Amino acid sequence: MTVVRISDDALALACGADEVAAAFAAAGCAVERVSSWGMHWLEPLAEIDGVGFGPLDVADVAAVLDGTSAKAIGAIERHPFIARQQRFTFARAGKTRPLNLEDYAAHGGWQGLAKAREIGPEATIAQVTESGLRGRGGAGFPAGIKWTTVAKAAETRKYIVCNADEGDSATFADRMVMEGDPFMLIEGMAIAAHAVGAQKGYVYIRSEYPHAIAKMEAAVRACAHLVAPFELEVRVGAGAYVCGEETSLLNSLEGKRGEVRAKPPLPALEGLFGKPTVVNNVLTLAAVPWITANGAAAYAAVGFGRSKGTMPIQIAGNVKHGGLFEVGFGITLGELVDEIGGGTASGRPVRAVQVGGPLGAYHARSDFHLPFDYEAFAAADGLIGHAGITVFDETADMSAQARFAMEFCAVESCGKCTPCRIGSTRGVELIDRIRARSGRAPDRVEALPQMHNARKAERSLADEIVLLEDLCETMKFGSLCALGGFTPYPVLSALRNFPEDFGADAERQAAE
Amino acid sequence: MKRLQEIIAAHAGREGPLLPILHDVQAEYGHVSEEAMRAIADALNLSRAEVHGVVSFYHDFHAEPDARPVLKLCRAEACQARGVDALAAAMPANHRVKVETVYCLGLCSVGPNAMVGDKVHARLDAAKLGALVEALA
Repeated sequence: MTVVRISDDALALACGADEVAAAFAAAGCAVERVSSWGMHWLEPLAEIDGVGFGPLDVADVAAVLDGTSAKAIGAIERHPFIARQQRFTFARAGKTRPLNLEDYAAHGGWQGLAKAREIGPEATIAQVTESGLRGRGGAGFPAGIKWTTVAKAAETRKYIVCNADEGDSATFADRMVMEGDPFMLIEGMAIAAHAVGAQKGYVYIRSEYPHAIAKMEAAVRACAHLVAPFELEVRVGAGAYVCGEETSLLNSLEGKRGEVRAKPPLPALEGLFGKPTVVNNVLTLAAVPWITANGAAAYAAVGFGRSKGTMPIQIAGNVKHGGLFEVGFGITLGELVDEIGGGTASGRPVRAVQVGGPLGAYHARSDFHLPFDYEAFAAADGLIGHAGITVFDETADMSAQARFAMEFCAVESCGKCTPCRIGSTRGVELIDRIRARSGRAPDRVEALPQMHNARKAERSLADEIVLLEDLCETMKFGSLCALGGFTPYPVLSALRNFPEDFGADAERQAAE
Repeated sequence: MKRLQEIIAAHAGREGPLLPILHDVQAEYGHVSEEAMRAIADALNLSRAEVHGVVSFYHDFHAEPDARPVLKLCRAEACQARGVDALAAAMPANHRVKVETVYCLGLCSVGPNAMVGDKVHARLDAAKLGALVEALA
């Protein structure tokens, strides 16, 4: 009987994978539901004896089976999109059934945990430190240092918290790990628990990911005996973007409003319920089994500068070949967008690329030489964040995108600090005025004689832009967490890289 | 009320039980009523203000009932780049369906995307989105 492998990842389902799978089953095939290869423009993708067909519709099934389908893409492993990658974290993507323990073990599963148990906690932390693994959630903090702090804390009760609140637009790698290879994440958490002496772990998953929640819950039940005495529990978020910030996430887990906590104290010393807690992103924890199984040196051998190892890069937005591309740090932005992504899906020229989600900068083509590296992007006033890339074509209005960044911050602000709570709303108003080129006369309060420091003259467009830069400065340095602190990145980068969308031409003409 | 007490009892022994309880109450009743907030506050030894504060903080919890079926439409950057704003603007008004904005369903390479219940839909155009709304109404 013909064995057909089709993903049951949420993205494949959204593209109609269930219907295609049912059609293959009705045609007498044995259908295996596996994880996704990450070639999203080809979903639903069917694999028969290593050869891929996609994107499939129910109507394509007959042609696939009689060998006349025009949607054949050849051997999946040799497809350029896959062949160019270095898959460590996603080594099993497309190859295993997500909840099948035998598949997991047959493809190298549990070797990292076995190794960690063999070498002991201290040597395990040393491996993670030497690998150079940095937090994949965005901040890039060295995982080994965080683990060492927790391991040395004197408390007996400790926690491992996996941050699976993947709220950034253009990111889906966490979701793909949880839906495609959930045991790998559990193994990573078990290794962390073993290394720092934690008894209990929580996976905090956003409620917008029902498929990931279901898979993780099933996986936790299925392998409880393999990670014991470590206990693991899945918790579900409630639609607050800010809960992806680690201290806000901890408050949410405790059953409170997801407000950000001031640091110090560090969560590593006083985290969940006041106990020492490792809070790591899904991708950080998922990288750990590979590192302990294959050794720190093998991981650190890949990468660029101080960014060691591989990064699962998510190519999204208006792009022809979107999907998951795991590769060593150092690949340039231009290679990712033009060569691997194949340019825009609309066929129009690429105008802007946002790197790092809603809090990341908008880059123009002039930044396409930048190597994918934490330090290189920071030096270019940008950030890698969770490595999501959103491609926009020439129809994008960058002042509208800047306004959206402020609006998003206003909607999602936790309200604890003023620069974020108030600044974001003032930012929306300010950008609205800039977009309308309206300028602004002093309002009634500002016009009062006792308001000595308030400006009495009308503000021109140029004044308003200076004010926007000022506001961004206040938000950047005055906010408690990255939501308010990084919202200036998309705003200022749009202003700097696309000044024509903020009235720069009109301004210049007026001056001439 | 019996069901409410069962929900509370089912989670009472857990660490940080409030969010799991609120999720179950929201799923069971479609909203978290004043009565439910009082009962939860009582059971967890919290003030009503604390429970109310949590309910009002999170987008998933609603204090008022709304019987309309919900379609969640992603309006985040990746879907914007794929034209969701124009799609939403052209959507005919339908008062029997509540169209909620969400920021990201994690299907960012195949947008515009929407979710109905736990079912996700990708590569939406005006016709597909219209059909989804029609099916709910």
